[in-house]
Order: sequence, then C-alpha cells, then structure tokens
Amino acid sequence: MLQTSSAFKKNAAAALADPGLQRALERTKPHFQHRRAAAVAALPEFEQLRETGRQIKDHTLQNLDFYLETWADNVVHAGGEVHWCATASDAREAVLDICRRVGARVVTKGKSMVSEEIGINDFLEANGITAVETDLGEYIIQLGHEPPSHIIAPAFHLNREDWEARFRKAHTDLPADRIFHERRDLLTEARGELRQRFLAADVGITGANFLIAETGSSVIVTNEGNGDLTQTLPKVHIVLASIEKLVPTLEDASVLLRLLARSATGQDFSVYTTFSTGPRRPGDRDGPEQYHVILLDNGRSSMLGTEFQDMLRCIRCAACMNHCPVYGAIGGHAYGWVYPGPMGAVLTPTLIGVNQAGNLPNASTFCGRCESVCPMKIPLPGMMRHWREREFERHLTPAFFRRNLALWAWFARRPGTYRLAARAAASALGLIGRGRGRFHRLPLAGGWTNGRDMPAPEGETFFARYAREGRRTSGIRR
Amino acid sequence: MSRALVLAAIRRNLHRGPLPADQAALLHARLGAHPRGPIPARSRLPRAEQIALFVRNAEKEFGTVARVAEPAAVPGAIVEYLAQQNLPSELVMAPHPELEALPWGERPLLHVRIGRAEATDIVSVQHGFAAIAETGTLMLPSGPERPTTLNLLTETAIVVLRASRVVGAYEEAWDLLRAERQDPVSDGFMPRNVMLVTGPSRSADIEQTLELGAHGPRRLHIVLVDDDEGASAAA
Repeated sequence: MLQTSSAFKKNAAAALADPGLQRALERTKPHFQHRRAAAVAALPEFEQLRETGRQIKDHTLQNLDFYLETWADNVVHAGGEVHWCATASDAREAVLDICRRVGARVVTKGKSMVSEEIGINDFLEANGITAVETDLGEYIIQLGHEPPSHIIAPAFHLNREDWEARFRKAHTDLPADRIFHERRDLLTEARGELRQRFLAADVGITGANFLIAETGSSVIVTNEGNGDLTQTLPKVHIVLASIEKLVPTLEDASVLLRLLARSATGQDFSVYTTFSTGPRRPGDRDGPEQYHVILLDNGRSSMLGTEFQDMLRCIRCAACMNHCPVYGAIGGHAYGWVYPGPMGAVLTPTLIGVNQAGNLPNASTFCGRCESVCPMKIPLPGMMRHWREREFERHLTPAFFRRNLALWAWFARRPGTYRLAARAAASALGLIGRGRGRFHRLPLAGGWTNGRDMPAPEGETFFARYAREGRRTSGIRR
Repeated sequence: MSRALVLAAIRRNLHRGPLPADQAALLHARLGAHPRGPIPARSRLPRAEQIALFVRNAEKEFGTVARVAEPAAVPGAIVEYLAQQNLPSELVMAPHPELEALPWGERPLLHVRIGRAEATDIVSVQHGFAAIAETGTLMLPSGPERPTTLNLLTETAIVVLRASRVVGAYEEAWDLLRAERQDPVSDGFMPRNVMLVTGPSRSADIEQTLELGAHGPRRLHIVLVDDDEGASAAA
C-alpha cells in the first residue's frame, strides 16, 4: 500500500478537519473503552493472566528458533507446507506461486494485518487474480480502495451513509431503487454478495492470531465466521503469519486468548476461535486439500536482542489505540501505513525505516495509557522514546528542532544562567500580560496560541517563589 | 534457503547458536508437560453449577439452550424448535453415530439428510464434542463424523451436546481431545480443524452496532442432553 507516514503532520491536520471522521471517533472511542473496562473488571484473574502472558511470550521469543523449527516440523507432519520468507517480496512471490500452481482466479480473504503489510491484494490483482476481502469492515474499505484505519475495526471511520453509497455502486446486480431501512439490511446484502464469492473461490487466505509449536496449528479469531468460510470452502488454504505469532502449547494459547478478546472488543471470548492443522484428512467431507503457511520475518528478527524486543509480544488487540488520545483525535489513516496508534508508532519505524516514520513516535503525549491497558505489558512510551533517540542520533530530526534542543540543552547545563534567563522571561511576560492575564498570540509559540490562549506568568519564577514560600512554610512548621 | 536465513538472523540477534542439547531437552519437556496458566475461579464449581454456568454464558452470547432428559427426546426437541422459529422441517445432520442412533423415525414429517452442509441448506445439526462453561463455548473438532461446514453454512445451527461433556475451562477441553483423539495423518491428536464457537455469528463493523448473522449462522441452538450423573446426584 501507499505509505504516507512521512506526511503525518499534514494527514493529522486533515483528519482533525474531517467532520465524518470526527463523528466516527466520537462514537467509537467510548464504545471500546467501556466494553474493555467491563470485561476486565469481570475477571479477577486478569492481572495474573497478563503477567503469565508476558512470561509466555518472553520465553517463546528467547527460544524462537527452537519453537519455530518444532512448529514447522509439526505442520509438515500434519500434511501442510511452510514457506519461510525473509522479506515481504518473498512472501508475495510464495503466495502467487501457490495460486498459479492451482490455477486460481478468485481468492477470498479473511482479515489479516500481515496481508496489508505485504500488500498482497494489489500484487495479486496485478497478476490477474481477484482478491476479495470477506470481513465486513475489510470488504467495505476494499470497495472504497482505502486502507484500514484500525487493526480490529478497519472501517470504524465510515458512517452508515458511506456503506449505503458504496454498496449501491458495487452491487449493480441488485435493484437500484432498493431501500436500506436499517443496518441489518446492509449486513444481509453483504452476506448474500460474499456468499457467492466464498463458493467461487479457488484459494482462501487468512492471517493467524497464533501459531502453536506443540501441534503445528494456526489460530484465527473472528466474530463473523468469514475467516472460517474462507479457509473451509476453497481447495487451498494459505495462512499469512509473522514469526512472533508463535506460542509453545495450546495451554499457552488459552492464556493469551483469555486476554485477547477482552482487551480488543471487550468480549469474554470471540465467536469463532479456530485451530487449523494441516489439510483435509482421509474420510473428511470438507476442508481444503492443501494447507500452506507463509511465515514472514520482514525485519522482526532484527528487533530481538534490542530495546524493541518487547514489541514482539504484541497480540494485535488494539487496546493501545482505543485508549490513545492522539489516535482518538485523528484516527488511523493519518499514521500513513498499516499499523496505527501507539503499537504502530513503535512497529512502523522498524518495518519501513525511522527516516520514513520518524513522526510517529513523536506523535505521543506520553500519558502512558497505552502501556497501562496493554495485555502484554509492552512499554510502548519507553520504546517511542528510544525511537526519538535513534532519530536524533541519526540526524533525522528537522534542523529547527535540533537547533532549539541544542539551545535548551546549553541553558539546562548551566543552572545559574537558566534561572537568570527564566527570571527575565517571566518578569517580561508578566509585565506585558498583566492586563488580560493571557496571550492570544505569542511570537515563537504559534503552535500553542493557534489553538488556545497562553496564560501569562505572574512575573515570578517557580524557583524564586519556592525560595520565598519554602521559608515561610518551614517557619510555620517550626 | 530462506529457512536457514530466518533462523540465522534470529540466532544472530539472540547472540547465540542453535540451542545446546540440554536446553532443547528442557523445552521439549515443557512441550510435553504443557503446563497450565491461571485458571479463572469462575468455572471451579460443582457439576450441576458448572453446567448451569455453561448454559448461562451460552445464552448471554445470544445462543439458545433446550435441556432434555434423555437422548430419545432430542428429535422431538428439534421439531419443536423448528416450529417455534417458523423454520422448514428439513435439516442436514452430522454423520455421527450418536446422532444417527437417535429415534428420527418417530418424526416422519422431519426430513433429515446426513452429510456435510451445502450452500442451500437452511438448518444443520452438529454433534458437540465438548463445551466450556467459562465462556459458554462449544468445542467442535472436524472429522468424517463432524463436518466443519455444518458449523458455518446454514442460517440456523443446532448442536446436540451431552451435559457430561461440559467442562470448566479450555484446558480441560484440550485434555479431552488429547485423551480421546488420534489423528490419522500426524502422530498427534489435533484434527484438521477445531472450532471453539461462542454464540451465533455477528459483526459490529457497521457503526460499532452489533448485528447477528454476519456470514455464519444467525441462530445457534444447543440441545443439551442431561446425562451427567454427578449433576443429577447433586440435584
């Protein structure tokens, strides 16, 4: 997909001025936050599960080579095939090769962020193969030729009238004067349209929420059942999975599954949690004849052993973006690539380079809500800070910021001069702003005063006042 | 080639070579022991209450449950449900011996086809392997006797489940699968597919408003056969 992370500031300004998006954000934010809070409150063991989940993922990452090999051997034992892919391009080629071998013309797809990451839809289209998204949210954004704006609610930014308009334009086989009385009518129409696609598809592509070493299984979690139809009806099932999806056993997966739905949609458990292990067995009356897993690295192994390793614990629940004040103001498209919000701000620089995505780890208030709701206890703000350091070290920060940071650092290292300068500024501003008590406009502070007034200082610095009041309070104490 | 490349990159960044034999043995032992994480206390209940918890959670997730005293009462309960829902007396049923042994002949107006589901089928009857009280979840492993399409293609999915197969937590359901199933292809126990199903299909993709029946069944009806001796002794 087209990457616009480098234009984050422009994207964010446009998002703030988009009334449709703002309406959608207003609706979505409280929905996710309340539902998660209720689900977590109803499970007294949640914190204990969180800690166990963190340990399971850390243990797996420390032994990732062992578990990947064990898992791959078990996939083969069950009659499946593993395609190890170091890069996104390797993964695209592997998918195309499988599709060509079986003469595929139509491919149905379950929701998969790795699929967005490797841009498989456009690649298949360019090679004459139609890829149809079947998750309702993914389907509507595919009809609008836009990327997802959220990792679990890809079309949250659309309002009902957008759905109606896109369905009318796309489903030309239906009467043009039909009326959508309620949301249910939209759902029924999509169900009918996509049912035909499920039955016509030659290959079904899904993602994977987990890979299980013990059994060689891949796991998908959905509420619609589209992922299951995608992988059950066609002759071939292709799983797109990245290396960090691995967990050792079914018991380990069960711990993480207790965290996933609660953190994501606030459900206790998703409707369909499906474990797939190899192709159709002798005597089976349904299921695919071939089972392939595209195992993707794409830069993830380079995060091991670094300050970014913890990011590989991420189970893609979206709690971080659902609770992020920045995401909550601008939505997902502004982040400019596949993964938005705090998890995207950490992951995207790894995958596309900090030179492209340096704005993202800077788009944070460091309020820490993302870390506090993360079921895998990923220190997201800390890692964003690491990216800022790397960006600064590599001289990628714009000259304006570097100059001003250097200026501030010069003063900060000389406390006497710093206090002197602060006293001068405070008394000058205090004097000028004495009448109104605030400034509508202030040179060099346009970023602040464009949106709100700057309160005028009272003319005294904190240090001066502390010295004075400190004496007085200590006097009272005595 | 790529396998070696990916593994080499992982080991390089972990600052080590392949795991030494003794460490690998520890990991093999962990896989063999598959230790459990914390099991939520909510499902640690006497049998009768555990089964009641399953029913409550299944209903909370928009499933419906009919309890019958014995297997022979299942066809009657299904006929009654179809009539209530105004559905045709026609269904496709899993070729499971327990289902085939039920007295369908006593219901001559009900048309039962045995096999996998096709797109034209309206009602399916599946055999429940086990169920998990913790979240009201059914465990449906695939196999010749339990086709996966029965879980997915019809608008109304009916699952016949024996109450003695209700367990508290997911881990206990995995243990049943480990103990009772041998896969014909791998040397393990996992069939091609295990579906954990909690309520009927749904989507909240349109304005975050929940609607039932997205791609899978709009209705999930569970016929629960009360065969659990522990539960009836306690009752």
